[in-house]
Amino acid sequence: MQIRILLFIASFITWILLRWSFEAQNIVIGIAVSVLVSLMTAGIFEKKTGLLKRPWRYLWLFYYFPLFAWECFKANLEGAYRVIHPDLPIRPGIVKVKTTLKSDTGLTFLANTLTLVPGTMTVDIDRDGGFLYVHWMNVESPEIDRATVLIVERFEKVLRRIFA
Amino acid sequence: MNEIIGYIFLGLGLLFDFIGCLGLIRFPDIYNRLHSSIKCVTLGTSSILLGLFLFKGFTPGGIKALLCIAFLLLTAPVSAHVLSRSAHKSGVKLWKGSVCDKYAEDKN
Repeated sequence: MQIRILLFIASFITWILLRWSFEAQNIVIGIAVSVLVSLMTAGIFEKKTGLLKRPWRYLWLFYYFPLFAWECFKANLEGAYRVIHPDLPIRPGIVKVKTTLKSDTGLTFLANTLTLVPGTMTVDIDRDGGFLYVHWMNVESPEIDRATVLIVERFEKVLRRIFA
Repeated sequence: MNEIIGYIFLGLGLLFDFIGCLGLIRFPDIYNRLHSSIKCVTLGTSSILLGLFLFKGFTPGGIKALLCIAFLLLTAPVSAHVLSRSAHKSGVKLWKGSVCDKYAEDKN
């Protein structure tokens, strides 16, 4: 039931943002569609989410998003430098890194963040062992511990507080 | 004032999109090409949409642009991940200058 209510709220907010008009007919149709969507898709999601436990941890998202935006911008400058440089200074390779995050949401956030920041792209996740396989555009060290420090740590510190 | 900042974001976005497409041509294998196309194009398109929002303000068009940024940030990395994983699984080799491939080592 809890997941249905959360889904309803999320889809209703999306509807309101899409339409951005507050007439009665719009809102009635929005409620109808959101109820339909939340009933139809609730089976896809996990039953026990634990989303509402310790809600203040979501305040860390306000720290996480500026950090992410800044890293993303730096990543693009670095990527642009590598593209424009006449010699293409790249040393690509797939390295393995460790992670201590366990929850699905946390792992998804981490993998998506790694894909969008400096020279790294997540290829696969080994959830039981807690490993990520990351394609790195400029491999500084193929060792698992050093690569973990260089790639994952910055974001994992923050994500562990949010999705521990 | 908003329009000037909007123009700056538009120009920046176009520049990054162009660099992303350039990388798509210049890089040697699929994994490096995905790097350039996913990262540069995500930031470039987000910044074009942000510029659009600054032009339009809080109107239906402007809010839709913001919503598009959110969905782009959610979906673009997932598609990159699926493309690279399926390429590796179906046996696409890394570029010959690659340093290491732990994924292939662990699979065998």
